[in-house]
Amino acid sequence: MRALDRIALTFGLGFLYAPILILVVYSFNASALVTVWGGFSTRWYGVLAADAPLRAAAGVSLAVALASAALATVFGTLAALALDRGGRFAGRRVFTGLIYAPLVMPEVITGLSLLLLFVGLGLDRGLLTLVVAHATLGLGFVAVIVGARLRGLDGALEEAAADLGAAPGRVFATVTLPLIAPSLAAGFLLAFTLSLDDLVIASFVSGPGATTLPMRLYSQVRLGVNPEINAASTLLVGTVTALVLTASWLTGRKGVA
Amino acid sequence: MASTRAPGPAGLLTCAGLGKRFGAHAAVADLDLTLQPGEFVCLLGPSGCGKSTLLRLIAGFETPTSGTIRLGDTDITADPPHRRPVNMMFQSYALFPHMSVAANIAYGLTGLARAARQARVDELLRLVRLDGFGPRRPDTLSGGQRQRVALARALARAPKVLLLDEPLGALDRALREETQGELRALQRRLGTSFLVVTHDPGEALALADRIGVMEGGRLAQIGDGASLYERPANRFVAGLLGDVNLIPGRVPDRDPGGLSTLDTALGPMRARGAADGEGVIALRPERIALARTPSGDGRALPGQVVETTYLGDRIRLRVRMADGSLWRVSAPTGADAPGVGETVHLSYPPERAWLMPAAG
Repeated sequence: MRALDRIALTFGLGFLYAPILILVVYSFNASALVTVWGGFSTRWYGVLAADAPLRAAAGVSLAVALASAALATVFGTLAALALDRGGRFAGRRVFTGLIYAPLVMPEVITGLSLLLLFVGLGLDRGLLTLVVAHATLGLGFVAVIVGARLRGLDGALEEAAADLGAAPGRVFATVTLPLIAPSLAAGFLLAFTLSLDDLVIASFVSGPGATTLPMRLYSQVRLGVNPEINAASTLLVGTVTALVLTASWLTGRKGVA
Repeated sequence: MASTRAPGPAGLLTCAGLGKRFGAHAAVADLDLTLQPGEFVCLLGPSGCGKSTLLRLIAGFETPTSGTIRLGDTDITADPPHRRPVNMMFQSYALFPHMSVAANIAYGLTGLARAARQARVDELLRLVRLDGFGPRRPDTLSGGQRQRVALARALARAPKVLLLDEPLGALDRALREETQGELRALQRRLGTSFLVVTHDPGEALALADRIGVMEGGRLAQIGDGASLYERPANRFVAGLLGDVNLIPGRVPDRDPGGLSTLDTALGPMRARGAADGEGVIALRPERIALARTPSGDGRALPGQVVETTYLGDRIRLRVRMADGSLWRVSAPTGADAPGVGETVHLSYPPERAWLMPAAG
C-alpha cells in the first residue's frame, strides 16, 4: 500500500512539475532551437534584458499587480470585517456566498462580464480597466484569507480593549488590525500573484498601451517559441513561487510579528 | 441630588429586574443584585446558569432585554463598554499578544502624561509583584504571571467595580489557593468592589463577603457563606455548597417553639427553618454524631454502615437507614471508627439541621 502511495505521489508531482522543470532547464539552453539541447548558457536572459517591448509589458504587469492588489486588500478586508463582525444583518449568508463565488467562476465569464460592464459604462479599455478587473478578482481571495484570521481571533481581545476605554476606532487600529496584519499581507501577495499571471481576464479588458507580460508572452508564442520565452517564463514562475510561499508562510504563522 | 431616580437600596452597583434572552432562552431572568462599595461578591453556579452573561451585561458586552443597571446614581444600561467605569478581567486573560506587559497595562491609561503613565504602570507591576516584567511579552510568562498582568491591567483605571470571570480558573490547584489569598488581600487593600464569577464553591467561600448562587438565570439565594451553608433556600443551594443529606417529608404543623417538625419515612425529625406542606431537611454529614448504642432519649436513628472512606482528616461513611435511604456521615478519624456492616445510631442537634420547602 505504501509503495503504491509513493508511486501515485511521484506520478502526481511529476505530472504537475515536470513541464515547469523542462521549461526552466531549457531557458538555460545555448541553442536557438527550443527542443534541442545545445549546452548551458544564460544568453537568452541577455536577450530578454534587451527586449524593450517585453520589459515594457513586465512594467505594466508589475504596476497593475501592485495597484490591483492594494485595492483588493482594502476592499477584501472591509468585506471580511463586515461579514465577520457586522452582526447578523439581513442577507449575510447571501453576501458570504457572493464573495466566494468569483473564486470558482470561470475566468472567461468574469472577463466577458467585466468587458460588457466597461463597454456599457463607456470606459476606455486600458490600465484603469485592468486594475479594476484584477482588483475584483483578488478581492474575494483577500476576504477569504482575512475572514479566516478574524474568525480565529479571540473576541475577548477586542472586548478587553473596549473595556479599557478604547472607542471602536482605537480598538480596530491598536488591536484588530495588528493582529490580522499577517493575513492582510498574505492576501495582498496572493492578489498580486493572481494579477501577475492572469491572461484570460486581461485579454478581455485590456486595451492598446496596456499589454501585460502574460499577454506579450502569449502573442510571441503564437509566432513561434524561442528560448527567450522560456527565460521570461522562468522568471515569472520564480516570482510567483516566492510570493505564494511568502503568503502561505504568513497565514500559517501563529504568532504576530 | 436629583430624586427622580428609581428608589431602591443604596448601592454602588445596582441591577434591577435585569433580563437577557437569547432567542427563546432566558440566560438571565428578572435579576436584582446590589453591590456595596468595597464588597467582594461571588456569583456561584454551574456552567450555563447565566453568571457569565450577567457579568457581560454589567461590562456592556451584551445589551439587556429588560431591566436597568445603575452605577451609583447613574443609569449605565445603555452605555457602550468603553464609557463604563467598570473593568473586567477575562477568563482567558485576553492579554494583547503583540504588546509588552507594560503596554498591556498602560493600554487603558489614556490622557496621562508619559511620566505619570510610566509611574502608574510601575506601581501596578509592584502591586502584582511583577517588578521588572514590563518589557516582557505575554507569551514568555507563566500562567500565574499572565493572570497577574491581566489583574494589573484591569485595575489600571482604578475602576469602582472590578468584574472577574473565573479569575483563578486557569491556574493549577496549588497556585489557585495561594492566589485566592492574594486576591482577597489585594481587594481589601484597594477597597475596590469585586464581582467574581466562579463555579467552585470552595473558592466562593474562601473569597467572598457574600455569595450569590445562580440557577437557571435567576439568583436562587444571596448571602454570606455561613448563611448559605447553614440556611440554604432550596435543595440546589444546599447541594452546591457541600455534601448534604436531604430528607423529605411533610410538615404537620408549625412548632411555635422555634423548631419545626417534619414527618419523614424515619419518623418525626426536628430542625430549624420552616416549610408548608412538603418539606426537606438539609443535614450536613459533619453535624451527625455516631454511636454504637442507642441514645438515652431514644431519638437516635439506627442504620448500617455500608461504606467507609478514609480521607486523612476525617472518615466518610455511607449508612443505610431503616427506610433504605443512604446517609452520608463524616466522622473524625480515630481508633473507634465503625467498620462496614456495623450497626450505628445516628443523632444530630436539631438546631444544626435546616428545614426548607421541598419545591424550588
